Amino acid sequence: MLRASIGVQLRALDLEVDLTVGDGEVVAMLGPNGAGKTTVLRAIAGLQPLDRGHIEIGGTVFDDPRRGTYVATADRPIGFVFQDYLLFGRLSALDNVAFGLRARGASKTDARAAAQRWLDRFSLAGCAAARPKALSGGQAQGVALARALATEPGLLLLDEPLSALDATARAAVRTELRRHLDTFDGGRLLVTHDPVDAIVLADRLVIVEAGRVTQAGTPAAVTARPASSYVAQLVGINLLHGRAAGDRSVRLDTGALLTVADPLPGPDVAIAVRPRAVSLHRHRPEGSPRNAWATVVADIEADRDRVRVTLAGPVGVTAEVTPAAVAELGLVPGTPVWATVKAVDLTAYER
Amino acid sequence: MPVVGLLGVGLLAVTACADGDDGPGAGTRTLTVFAAASLTDAFGAVADAFEEANAGVTVELNLAASSTLREQILSGAPADVFASADISDMTRVLDAGLAEGAENFATNEVQIAVPAGNPADVAGLADFADGDLLVGLCAEEAPCGRLGRAVLANAGITPSVDTNEPDARSLLTKIRSGELDAGLVYRTDVLAAGGSVQGIVIPADDNVTATYPIVALGASAHPGAAAAFVDFVLSDEGRDLLAANGFGPP
Amino acid sequence: MTIRDRTQGHRGQGHAQGHAPWPILVLAAAALAYLAVPFVALLQRAPWSDLGELVGQPVVRDALRLSLTTAFAATGVSLLLGIPLAWALARTRFPGRSAARALVTLPMVLPPVVGGAALLFAFGRRGLLGGPVYDSTGFLLPFSIWGVVAATTFVAMPFLVLTVESGLRAADTRYEDAAATLGASRWMIFWRITVPHATPSIIAGAVLCWARALGEFGATVTFAGNLQGRTQTMPLAVFLALESDRDAAIALSLVLIAVSLAVLLPLRDRWLATPS
Repeated sequence: MLRASIGVQLRALDLEVDLTVGDGEVVAMLGPNGAGKTTVLRAIAGLQPLDRGHIEIGGTVFDDPRRGTYVATADRPIGFVFQDYLLFGRLSALDNVAFGLRARGASKTDARAAAQRWLDRFSLAGCAAARPKALSGGQAQGVALARALATEPGLLLLDEPLSALDATARAAVRTELRRHLDTFDGGRLLVTHDPVDAIVLADRLVIVEAGRVTQAGTPAAVTARPASSYVAQLVGINLLHGRAAGDRSVRLDTGALLTVADPLPGPDVAIAVRPRAVSLHRHRPEGSPRNAWATVVADIEADRDRVRVTLAGPVGVTAEVTPAAVAELGLVPGTPVWATVKAVDLTAYER
Repeated sequence: MPVVGLLGVGLLAVTACADGDDGPGAGTRTLTVFAAASLTDAFGAVADAFEEANAGVTVELNLAASSTLREQILSGAPADVFASADISDMTRVLDAGLAEGAENFATNEVQIAVPAGNPADVAGLADFADGDLLVGLCAEEAPCGRLGRAVLANAGITPSVDTNEPDARSLLTKIRSGELDAGLVYRTDVLAAGGSVQGIVIPADDNVTATYPIVALGASAHPGAAAAFVDFVLSDEGRDLLAANGFGPP
Repeated sequence: MTIRDRTQGHRGQGHAQGHAPWPILVLAAAALAYLAVPFVALLQRAPWSDLGELVGQPVVRDALRLSLTTAFAATGVSLLLGIPLAWALARTRFPGRSAARALVTLPMVLPPVVGGAALLFAFGRRGLLGGPVYDSTGFLLPFSIWGVVAATTFVAMPFLVLTVESGLRAADTRYEDAAATLGASRWMIFWRITVPHATPSIIAGAVLCWARALGEFGATVTFAGNLQGRTQTMPLAVFLALESDRDAAIALSLVLIAVSLAVLLPLRDRWLATPS
């Protein structure tokens, strides 16, 4: 059980993050690069001392600046899987896995025997004698995980466990990793910038942006109601911010006025619009859409058999249309278009 | 290219320094005198007197063991005058045809040097055989080393030597600081060291005399000034200055 | 077809070994020539016919034996004391660290004779530490082989310390973090991670240290003195021989060069290079 309140001032980063990870839980910290996610892991591991706050694992306090408590990394009940795995190049895979046990005083034979059992469990028995250089990305990840788990830690920390893999290996290793994580019964905390990794591997998400937690919850909850542009972008939803200007009207921060279908939840709102709900026309259309505005194409991005067309302000959203539509409308960056969205396709929620 | 600029400045600086020889005015001549290390103080006085008497001439002294100087001259070092502590070194230079007509201008003899206060109670040459004492000689290759060994041979003593210093100067330094209990150097060295070193006279029977010859070198760029310097050293005034520093007459 | 072949060729060579700009090549050749010419001149003057006889003399054997023994001993002491110092300078933060580093650089900057004189003031018979030790135990560094080792260590150790320090600084400390997360003690991290990763710089530093110790003259003669068989190392023997017997001096120099090459040439690039 991890209870952490992490306050660190590191160069330009001002980090203030509270989180808990229960035994049996997999929590993923998701956020843009530089948000401070890795620093959180390092602080929990003891590689980065806290400036403020405290870290408590399994009921024992390991870092509390106010009380002057600080326990060194080597004495914390944690296992760490590093982004580049950091397998010891001069040791075989077996000796890598055995390292932690040897560090705790086990004899070479006992440690190696235990390490072999771990490799067997991960179906890596054949790699035992290999040097890290000779292992594939997926094998190296498995060895790194086995090495971290061999010491039977109470808390497992993983820093971008899949980012060192190429795209083809990723999907397969991700599934493997989920299986292995499920076999461990302590708390598991991982850091990633890839939302798919987070959703597949984790029970709970914690979104960290610029040193602060901006949203937390199950993957479903977070993606359904993104609280920040970052998450919205991640999930592929357009997110607009504004203030209520009447019962069902919203004045966006950019000045434009939008009409929604349902009563507004409060004075400050965020409006989510799925890209597919945005329609593009050459001329101002007639018909039911309450929301129509003239704009210019800012950017076009082809994605398999869909095209994402980013529009310029004052309602700067991304529309998703078919390639045929693009051709028919003659869309290139700079083309003037009319965009419409039905009121029912706008979801407003409290900011 | 800043690197080229830096190199250029460096080269200019080196050449500017290298031309220091010719001095500020066109009329100043520099006389390079290679003199045995034991002549340090004596020739310092001689050089000053000579410069005073000869306006426009600067004397530059190159002081080292005569053997070192001899090798430098044989290798073509630009010396105008050579004053050696040893006839054999001078002979090598003469035999090489680099000079002629050397004249003896002073004599010196060997003396035992001990640190001020004589902490090891050294009494004479016999103590040089005492293994418990720290004793030094000049290296065999240097004149003071050859002379020192000749003195010990005369006295029939086999010394227990702890170091053979490259020259008398470094030997004296170690005696002065008390690192050595005794050493064999020139009488003039003991005198020059003042109160920091004490001398113990060696009986005349055992002692050897060093004869110092001087010559103006044939390849000198200032033959007139070189000859004048040699004459000055041989003159009464020169002899007086040498005597004041402990040298005997030739 | 031709264009593709040309690109293939370049790619095979690796961009670093491609066509260097010619001014660089000219300067490099000049540098090499400047270093080579004195050795060529030495070889040209060498008394080849008498070489065997000259080299067989006891003075040469004694000097060589002393030089090698003291150079290896000095390197040993430098490794023992220097690696911990390098580690302290690279990895810890203590008050006066920059002063400590300046102190380490000092023997490299000072004329060796000054170093020798300072050693005398410290460890000589009347020295700060040497005096009391001599008075109570009769042990003396000057005029003994230990004095030679002390003097050469003094001037050569900084080379090892600075080389290893820069190697440690450049090292990837994340592996030490990984070892810590696995529960390794600081001692275990030092022996099983830090030192093995620093091995190339340790070897390079030891080689520099050994070479400097082998060639040391000023501090040795000032501190330890000069006595055949006890303190007369090769450089001292060469210096004195230059005055009396030039042929002997050249012979000694050739022996010294041959010994140095015998040690330096077999060192492989990869032992000195940092592993990627």
